[in-house]
Amino acid sequence: MKVAVVRFPGSNCDADAWHAAKDAGHAVAFVWHRSTDLGGADVVVLPGGFAYGDYLRAGAIARFSPVMKAVEAHAKAGRLLLGICNGFQVLCEAGILPGALARNAGLSFVCRWVTLRVEATDTAFTAGYRKGQTLRAPVAHGEGRYVADEATLDRLEREGRVVFRYAGDNPNGALRDIAGITNEGRNVVGMMPHPERAAEALLGCTDGAALFALAGT
Amino acid sequence: MRWRVRVRIMPRQGILDPQGQAVAHALGSLGFAGVAAARVGRTVELALDAPAEADARDAAKRMCERLLANPVTEDFVVDTAEALA
Repeated sequence: MKVAVVRFPGSNCDADAWHAAKDAGHAVAFVWHRSTDLGGADVVVLPGGFAYGDYLRAGAIARFSPVMKAVEAHAKAGRLLLGICNGFQVLCEAGILPGALARNAGLSFVCRWVTLRVEATDTAFTAGYRKGQTLRAPVAHGEGRYVADEATLDRLEREGRVVFRYAGDNPNGALRDIAGITNEGRNVVGMMPHPERAAEALLGCTDGAALFALAGT
Repeated sequence: MRWRVRVRIMPRQGILDPQGQAVAHALGSLGFAGVAAARVGRTVELALDAPAEADARDAAKRMCERLLANPVTEDFVVDTAEALA
């Protein structure tokens, strides 16, 4: 598959995402945020980092980058889109995914390994997992507390759109322990933890690799 | 005409405000009695060119809706608009 990793000014997990996608056997290219052309990518990744210094709110300014029009069209056309950490924040700010990522309940920046439970395997990104399987992945964020109104949360649960939940240790106070969600079309996934940092043995964990393998496609 | 417009953006009622809680706690630790709660938001001050105050306020409101506030977590109010000399 052709994978495009978008680079915003302040992205810092772009190379990691590129590497994880490359290791999974994909043709990977970086796309600068000023570009309006995704180069015919099948999959777009919005990586982690601090686009625009997280000024105003994390993702609030990045969502208006020129590339985002193409990203929105890509998602609307049903093509695959993954937002990791800051990328998830950008997707929520852009309204491509519902809800928002608010400041961590404990106020501190959290940087540690967490355990996730796979709640939905009917997305291209999670088809390589078993439902209920637990994974380990690092989190590294100051604004990762998933919030949405009760009606939105109920809808996400009802439609099976909670993709990952923190198992046991909820590092940021996310409502209903939500760590990752998908859109109505199930082609877009946003998650706070970093699977690209747990995608090869050298990193101490390979649990995240299946996400980039795109077994469902 | 140039206007100075201040918009105030606050965490929505019912949304946990850990910054406000930490501030209230710190004030208590410093011996300030009677701080029942604190909430922390942000003020954005704009210098806006518009024909009349109503236009400046309306523009600021649209800016809040589009960028300055996130409707999921924040409420906003256009606080003041004053003519700049």
